[in-house]
Amino acid sequence: MQSFRAHSGVVAVLRRDNVDTDQIIPKQFLKRIERSGYGDVLFFDWRYHRDGQPDPAFPLNAPQYRGASILIAGKNFGCGSSREHAVWALRDYGFRAILAPSFADIFANNCLKNGLLTVGFHQAELERLLARDAAGVHTLKVDLEKCRISGEDGFEAQFEVDEFTRTCLLKGLDEIGLTLNHEAAIAQYERRQIRRE
Amino acid sequence: MARTLFDKVWDRHLVCAGPAGSSLLYIDLHLVHEVTSPQAFAGLREAGRKMRRPDLTFATLDHNIPTLGNRMVLEDDLARTQVEALRQNCREFDIPLFDLDSAEQGIVHVIGPELGLTQPGMTIVCGDSHTSTHGAFGALAFGIGTSEVEHVLATQCLVQKKPKSMLVRFSGMPGPGVTAKDLILSVIAQMGTDGAAGHVIEYAGEAIRGLSMEARMTICNMSIEAGARAGMIAPDQTTFDYLEGRRFAPRGEHWNTAEKDWRTLQSDPGAQFDSTVEVNAGHVAPFVTWGTSPGMAVPITGEVPDPNHGASDSERNSIVRALEYMNLRPHTLIQEIAVDRVFIGSCTNARLEDIRSAARVIKGYRVSNSVQAMIVPGSQQVKRAAEQEELHRIFTEAGFEWRESGCSMCLGMNPDRLQPGERCASTSNRNFEGRQGAGGRTHLVSPAMAAAAAVAGHFVDVRNWQYKD
Repeated sequence: MQSFRAHSGVVAVLRRDNVDTDQIIPKQFLKRIERSGYGDVLFFDWRYHRDGQPDPAFPLNAPQYRGASILIAGKNFGCGSSREHAVWALRDYGFRAILAPSFADIFANNCLKNGLLTVGFHQAELERLLARDAAGVHTLKVDLEKCRISGEDGFEAQFEVDEFTRTCLLKGLDEIGLTLNHEAAIAQYERRQIRRE
Repeated sequence: MARTLFDKVWDRHLVCAGPAGSSLLYIDLHLVHEVTSPQAFAGLREAGRKMRRPDLTFATLDHNIPTLGNRMVLEDDLARTQVEALRQNCREFDIPLFDLDSAEQGIVHVIGPELGLTQPGMTIVCGDSHTSTHGAFGALAFGIGTSEVEHVLATQCLVQKKPKSMLVRFSGMPGPGVTAKDLILSVIAQMGTDGAAGHVIEYAGEAIRGLSMEARMTICNMSIEAGARAGMIAPDQTTFDYLEGRRFAPRGEHWNTAEKDWRTLQSDPGAQFDSTVEVNAGHVAPFVTWGTSPGMAVPITGEVPDPNHGASDSERNSIVRALEYMNLRPHTLIQEIAVDRVFIGSCTNARLEDIRSAARVIKGYRVSNSVQAMIVPGSQQVKRAAEQEELHRIFTEAGFEWRESGCSMCLGMNPDRLQPGERCASTSNRNFEGRQGAGGRTHLVSPAMAAAAAVAGHFVDVRNWQYKD
């Protein structure tokens, strides 16, 4: 897994609640057997008109969000289907961190496995960020070591992230490798199961 | 200390502590399908890792496959590549596959229970969010992403943080015409699509005890639509009667031992839940969704909401967006909404009982001229059983298309899709924008309500249906 310590970049805002993974990446793009190459179809139905032209009304197509790598989203972001393709698409597009009031569980898990940081913020705190966006300030630094976001304009806010997520991301842990280190415990568990049967 | 059903199943599967307060959980059953697994197998291969327990892993083809014609010949190149990849992976790693020519092929969450693979007290995972279905048997069953699929392939374990627990207790009994689908839609409408986020739900109460296994699966299936990690129902005699004699269920002395153990899988009296929700099943009417999220649902006697009645700016915005997408006006009576398509199918509502329930409504009627209707059994076993009861004749004589088993128009990865602007009464689980086809408009309902809408051409209250049986 790619580690995450700190990242600075352009912040895009998508002010919608309950954005489901069908919107993040529609079904027709789930038929590929690779993990990459999904960035161009991120938010496909919202981002493009039926004729394939970008819809200027969709936030990611706005000039001030060009090259965005941090996303501010609404509550319950990533709900619905477990498709990890949604996270692969966000990563391929260039996103490294998402800030939202809440995330769907499977989606947040998938983000963690792909080095995409999800940070929960209370709505009130997000409003400060949105006010900053409205004022034309579109860059931010997200520091996971210090659990802090900050801007060159002097903006600062602390955030909380659970220790498990933080440890995994800071160290870029290979979870499968770690679990395989527990071979003896797994084998012992399996022997106990056979005896019970 | 008094423990919940969830605590008991969780505790049984603890292998050891994982990093930073997590746990390593053993997985008893891993179900695999063609869409979310190819990258996991590729990852395993790239890392030079072996698969730990192919004997606890079963695969089927369901998501992207056609439901018509010779299914062994796939015309869609991408779908065929994915199907071939699963076949190849199953051969290479020695995993049993219920292929398209198998008499036991079907939707992964329909065939697991039907084959007796799903058993009480198990941990079950699949790269599919509707894995929560299997919780109806008192299993802890949840959907995972492809990275976690790879983790289970390699280790038969998952690193997990223990979710919180929630009790959803139904008092009273549902009235005639009110089904499990209506109960769960009413729960989601009440708590919202993130109401159970971070929780494992246990459904309990008189109304749950009175439900068949198939109905309990419908309830647990849609737990994910309330944001829950999983949904569970304590096993009882109904569970054991369903399981006994199924292909992979224990037999003889093994059955007796297993059943005795399964009877202990109940929440202890006084067990504490992190939260509790009460629902009076007697007050639930048939439900219909009007918007683009499963929580946007009202009783059939209700109307399309007014955005001005939203509790917050963000809720008002969501309603406005949803009404625009669904092309609906506030205060429109639900019963006045006309449909173009009817889809009866999916892991939520494509089991034999669902098909019987729709057939009873359809019998003696014809599908409205303005409606195109299809029914897609959840598995080949369901299809054969329905045909033995001659139910397929009731549907085809009424003007329904009777298809082969698969996920079909629940998510439209195969050719079964809505056209832009088409409105569909669907027994599936998600009414997200474009879910059944770009620009398509989905209303979630029970099989009986979908059947009644197919005949009437618009939504009707199935509680007033004139049955001709």
